[in-house]
Amino acid sequence: MQIMVNDEAHEVSARTLAALIDELGYSGARIATALNGRFVPVTQRAETLLPDGAQVEIVAPMQGG
Amino acid sequence: MTKSFYGTTLSSPLMLGTAQYPSPDILRDAVKAAQPGVVTVSLRRESAGERAGQAFWDLIQELGVPVLPNTAGCHTVKEAVTTAHMAREVFGTEWIKLEVIGELDTLQPDVFGLVEAARVLAEDGFKVFPYTTEDLVVAERLLAAGCEVLMPWGAPIGSGKGLNNVFGLRALRAHFPDVPLVVDAGIGVPSHAAQALELGYDAVLLNTAVAKAGDPARMAEAFRLAVQAGALARTADPMEERDMAVPSTPVAGKAMLA
Repeated sequence: MQIMVNDEAHEVSARTLAALIDELGYSGARIATALNGRFVPVTQRAETLLPDGAQVEIVAPMQGG
Repeated sequence: MTKSFYGTTLSSPLMLGTAQYPSPDILRDAVKAAQPGVVTVSLRRESAGERAGQAFWDLIQELGVPVLPNTAGCHTVKEAVTTAHMAREVFGTEWIKLEVIGELDTLQPDVFGLVEAARVLAEDGFKVFPYTTEDLVVAERLLAAGCEVLMPWGAPIGSGKGLNNVFGLRALRAHFPDVPLVVDAGIGVPSHAAQALELGYDAVLLNTAVAKAGDPARMAEAFRLAVQAGALARTADPMEERDMAVPSTPVAGKAMLA
């Protein structure tokens, strides 16, 4: 299944957001996620299914003003 | 009088941004020299390989200063609200510096979107620090939307022009004597920060003025002293400005030598 993560195409086998995070190597990282423009809390990642062509955003702490 | 920000009293009226420093070490040195009450932070896309955000998170933890995440770069209510939710989870705080940018040259806030986003977030339990203008009507709307702090700009972000509209900032202060007010953006040198505190502002938020100084840590210390001086001056009740000269040396008893 092909999905977009941070605007880059990925071919993945994960079916849920939680599985995707493991598959892409983000395990244990301090990140937040959104699916198709909507925030998905960490507690809901395991039950959040990834539709084909899903747009996933994965963000982390960064310097800011 | 020291005001609290959503029930929290800051250790210093200096809020310092963490962006644009030449290196993480220089950022660390600057924060140590500034001793800010708050540092501002943000969120960006994370690469699984680089994990740059994780290193920054470790640095923030080490600094031990309360964080105020921002929604910098957001131009719509939806973007800002979603970013705020992600920030709350990542940083573990309900505080959010709410930016909804309306114009690219000045980076001035879209105050209509700002009020709407503030309402949505306040209803959801966020403690909103809105980046706004000095407009009194917008300020009223933000307070009605649930904001308990206002952060008017001094001048456009990164411009270093100082307090562009002292009259407007003074009016805002007079109009909302009990609301914590922060001059956010536009501060270029420590005297601007001192001036904001002298006007009765409760804090200043700045980033570029320190990060882009030739010696950021040294400038950070200068700002630490400037906000102390400004706050002290405010409590000392500054004199009224006058249009005409008034001699400070007594005239009575002056020798007649002409």
